[in-house]
Formats: sequence, structure tokens, C-alpha cells
Amino acid sequence: MGLDFTVIPKYLDVVLLGCLWTIAITVAAALVSFFGGILLAVVALYAPAVIRLPFRAFEFVFMGTPLLLQLFLIYFGLVQIGIDLPAFVAGVIGLGLHFAVYNSELIQTAIISVDRGQMEAARTLGLSRTQALRKVVVPQAVRAVIPPIGNNMIALLKDSALVSVIGVSELTLSAQRAIGATYRPFEFYLLAAAFYYVINLAMEWVQRRIERRIAISR
Amino acid sequence: MTESTDFVQIRHAQKSFGTLEVLKDISLNVARGQIVAIIGPSGSGKSTLLRAINDLDALTGGEVWLDGVQVNKQLPHRQYEKHINEMRQQIGMVFQHFNLFPHMTARENVTMAPKMLKGLSAEEADALAKEQLDKVGMLERIDYYPSQLSGGQKQRVAIARALAMNPKLMLFDEATSALDPELVSEVNQVMKKLAEEHMTMIIVTHEMDFAASVCDRVLFMDQGVVVEEGPPEQVFGNPQKARTRAFLRKELDNPE
Amino acid sequence: MDIDLMLRVYPFFLEAAWITILLSVLTALLGLTFGALGAAARLSRFTSLRLLGATYVSIFRGTPALIQLFILYFGGPQVGIQLDAFEAGVIGLGINAGAYMTETIRGAIISIDKGQREAARTLGLSQLQAFYKVTLPQAARLMVRPLGVNLNMLIKATALVAAISVVELTYTAQRYIGSTYKPFEMFLLAGVLYMIIIYVTGRGVAWLDRRVRIT
Repeated sequence: MGLDFTVIPKYLDVVLLGCLWTIAITVAAALVSFFGGILLAVVALYAPAVIRLPFRAFEFVFMGTPLLLQLFLIYFGLVQIGIDLPAFVAGVIGLGLHFAVYNSELIQTAIISVDRGQMEAARTLGLSRTQALRKVVVPQAVRAVIPPIGNNMIALLKDSALVSVIGVSELTLSAQRAIGATYRPFEFYLLAAAFYYVINLAMEWVQRRIERRIAISR
Repeated sequence: MTESTDFVQIRHAQKSFGTLEVLKDISLNVARGQIVAIIGPSGSGKSTLLRAINDLDALTGGEVWLDGVQVNKQLPHRQYEKHINEMRQQIGMVFQHFNLFPHMTARENVTMAPKMLKGLSAEEADALAKEQLDKVGMLERIDYYPSQLSGGQKQRVAIARALAMNPKLMLFDEATSALDPELVSEVNQVMKKLAEEHMTMIIVTHEMDFAASVCDRVLFMDQGVVVEEGPPEQVFGNPQKARTRAFLRKELDNPE
Repeated sequence: MDIDLMLRVYPFFLEAAWITILLSVLTALLGLTFGALGAAARLSRFTSLRLLGATYVSIFRGTPALIQLFILYFGGPQVGIQLDAFEAGVIGLGINAGAYMTETIRGAIISIDKGQREAARTLGLSQLQAFYKVTLPQAARLMVRPLGVNLNMLIKATALVAAISVVELTYTAQRYIGSTYKPFEMFLLAGVLYMIIIYVTGRGVAWLDRRVRIT
């Protein structure tokens, strides 16, 4: 059958639109995963056992099963209990929760590994435990996790391709639409891959810049 | 309201971890403006005693008083937290490993607590930071982060941070032990300056020369008890106890 | 919760779990091979090989595994590569996992102190001998745990082949969700099996890590 890249221009706008949706879902899910991750970490470290244990179970399940399966559960499961969410929202929730669990692990480790002397120094100045956590410990923990959380967010971009399976018209599904019309899978999947790669490079660049910015204050 | 010799009082301090007794009935009075050095081998309990003064390590028995107020008062948890935070504002502490906040500049390290706890305005806090950093000779590094400073510079900023709370008492926990030898004197000079200003200080140190030249009194501790105490001329020049002599001989043979 | 239904369909899930395990094992072996080759390329003396290794890692880690799988399976025939879904799954996921393992293996090797190599060289060992006798044995011990993380991710990534209709666990769950409208029950069946596979693998890795650990 051979390759023919001249079919691409005609469908470029479809794929580009898909690209925008991929960026949108990545950003939305990244925000959910970041704040969800902080919440989960604080619960895991400081909440009473009654609250902590169900959260632990949730984390255990989300870390032990594939994202694709989780997306099916969220998308179809919510329908089963009568909540008919748009695929985009279901995708954001699924991706966001999945990565929140991974972020939470990072944030917990970071909070624990802030040197004990930091808490002591803050307490010595007369700060309460809560004040010391807020002003001294958590800001340092957040700085320490920015690089690995950046890696998670780049992984999230790539995993966002999975929401095509539940019908979100992002980059992968847009490529599939073009393929449906042209029967040219190689060309359009390659095009989609190229777009993912470029977004990925852009994210890595931003991550490096942020890391350099914070390096001095760590 | 108190005798001047009773500015800081430690009464029958006792501390144990399980069956291990690290402080055995220690009592100590420090007058206002006095400078006391605590020396002794590692594991002697000297750091624990210092850290008990601001309750970083809680005593299992005994009392600590500062300027007529009991630091480790028996209170319900919530009230105690409030009380100890107020007490700690009056007790500055300098650590062996500086414990500067790495995510804050020197200026922010100095101003954070005064702004937060004493409600200083941004301008007041700024003036305070300049004053205190100038005092320790770090004014020109005011906007540097700790990672950009040498150990001696970090420790001077840490001293400025403690002084910014205008403490009644300063505690130094091996403040120069983590420093390269050539950086020790810049920190010692700052401490000497504080001594000249009659700051009340309790200093845990292994620098015998410094203790001898700056302090009014020296305590030698070993295995949780005060073995010997007195003016430096006596403790260093004419130690009465065999354990003190043995310790000093070892220290002079292997100066760290 | 529909227990009866779950009891009725669980044999199909068990069967599918074996496919997931088989996929995981084959993918892991292929991934390790590519990872070793990739690391060798990235640490090579030759600039061209280093560049090749770096490009491999960058492209396969920089794009979604799902897209890589689609290019291979759906696009392959256009360039003369005919694979069935299972083969495409193993090869696609294996090459993808290899890119991650390249970085793991390389990271472990370069973390071994240069002094180790120098000490071996001063004893008269050749560069290659020093690598095989001194550097690699130490690096191999360090690799176990991070490769375990790669393996964990890889097992979960095998779910992607559901999208090219390999009848493994996720595909089976998806099919039964469609026919029974019981997503929670089906998730539970597949989820428990995944967690067992991942738990057992994790314990295996931890055991190996303890066994080979020095100090």
C-alpha cells in the first residue's frame, strides 16, 4: 500500500483541534492531580485512621490497576449509578485521580524528608506546629517534589491518549477520525505521535526552567 | 521580681529515654547577662540539657524557669502550646547545622517569625533585617539564599534570625562544630560581640579556648551529671575532679 | 453487587489473566533486551551509537505507548510488517518498555563510583574486564529495584493491547461491561487479578533485591 503523506494537509485542522483538546485535558487533569495529590498526602500523614484507611485502600487500588481499566470504571460506572458525565469530564477525573495517587506518594515522602532541624528551628522561634508546617516544611516539600511531579505530568500527557477509548475527541481520536476517512493509519498516527512529541518536549523545557529557578532556594 | 542570679533556673532536671537516664538531677542558675559554657564528652547530656531549656526535648522531671516564669509549666495541651510558643519567642537558639530555611533569603529567614508572630509591618521587618544582619556582618548578603553562603555565613545569618526576636536568652548548641576550621572565628567574633552587649547566653561547645576567654562560668558534664563547675580559670586551670582532668587532657591532645 | 454474575464470568477473567501474565513476561524479556542494548549504545565510545540510543529513548518515552502500538499494528501493513494483535502487542510494548529500562540500566551503571573502575584498572584489568568484573556486578544490584518499578508499569501498560483487541484482562472486562452493564463488578474482577499479579511481582522483586543487596 505504501506511504502517502500528501493526504495530511486536508485533515490537518481536525488533528490540530484534537491537539488543543489534548492540551486542555492534560492541563485540567494535571491540576486535579496536583491538588488531589496534596490532599491525599495530608490525609495520609495527618488524618485519623477512620479517614486514612479508606483513602489507603483507594490508593492501593489505583496504584495496582491499569489506567485504562479505571477509565472504563469511571465512565461506565458513573452511568450505572445514574450520573451521565461528558466523556471529557470523566477523562479529567480518571486521569486526575490516577495521577493524584502517584503525586501523593511523592509529596508524602517529601514532607517526611524535610530535615527535622527545620521544624525545630521554626518551633524555636515560637511558631506553632501548624505555622511551621505552612511556612517552613510544606514550601520546602513542594520545591523538592516539583521535578518528579513534572515527570508525572509528562507521563499524564502521554496517558491522555487513553481517553480516546472512552470517546474524548483529543489527538488520538482525531487521528482515528482522519484514518477512518482516508485509511491511512501509518501517516496519521505518525502525525499524532509527532504532535505528542512536540508537546512533550515543550513540557520538558518548562520543567527544566522551573527546576533551575528553584535550585537556588533548596 | 527575681534575684538577678535567678534569671535562668534549672531545678532538678531529669530526663530518661526508657531506662537510659541522660540527665540526672541537674540544677543550674544563670544570672542576667551571664555567659555559661557547658562542656563534656559526647553523650554527656549537654545538648539534651540545652534543648530542655526551650522544651525541644521535654524533661521527664524538674523545672525550667526564665525571668520568673516557668517554661515547662504543666498545662492542658492547647494552652501549653500557646505558652511554649510565647516562651520560645524569648529564647533564641542556634544549632550546630544552622537549620536555616533553604527556601528563604537571609532577609526572609530573619523577618519571617517577627512578621508572623509580632505583627511587624513589611517596612519594620525590613529595617530589623538590615539591623540584625549588619550586626553579624552579613548585610551585603541580605538577598542571598542559604545555598549561596558559606557555613560561617549561614551560622551568622542563623544568629541574626534568633536575635531578631529580641530574646532574653540565647542558646548555642555546638554552633561552630560543623564549620571548617577557618570559618570558626567569624562566628566566634559575633558571639563575643553579644557577650560584650551582656546578652545572657548558655553555650554548649567543645572549644575550650573560646569557653575560657568569653564565659563567666564553665560546667563540665559527664554521664548526665555536672561533675564540676566554676569560673573558667578554675575549671581549666585547676580542675578538682579526676574526670575533668582526663577529659581536658584528651581535648587538648586532639583538638578538633 | 451481583455476585452470581461474577461467579458465572470469573473463569473467563482467569483465562484472560494468563494472557496478561504471558504478555507481561514476553514484554519484560524483550524490554530488558532493548534496555541492555539501549544502555550499551548510550554509554558507547561512538558518538553515532550514543546519538542513536538517545534518540530511541527520547522518541519512545516522548510519545504515548498507545500510539506506538497503533502505528505498529494498524500502520505496519503499509510498510510490509504484518503482525497479529498479540505479536504487535509484545513487540510494541517491549520496545516502549526498553526505552524506560535503558535509562534505568544506564543510571545504575553511571552511579557506580569512578574510583571502582580506576582501582580495577590499576590492578591491570582491561577496560572491558573492569566493566564486567567490577562495575556491572555492582550496578546490577542497584538496578533491581528501579527495574521492578519499570516492571510494575509494564504490567499495567499491557492493558493497552485491549485497544487492538487482544483478549487479555482489560479487554475482557470491557467486553463484559458492554454486555452486562455491570462496570463495578467487572472492574472488581479484573482489578483483583491485576493487583494479585502486581503484588506477587512486587514481592518477587523485593525478595531479589534483598538477596543481592550488599550491606
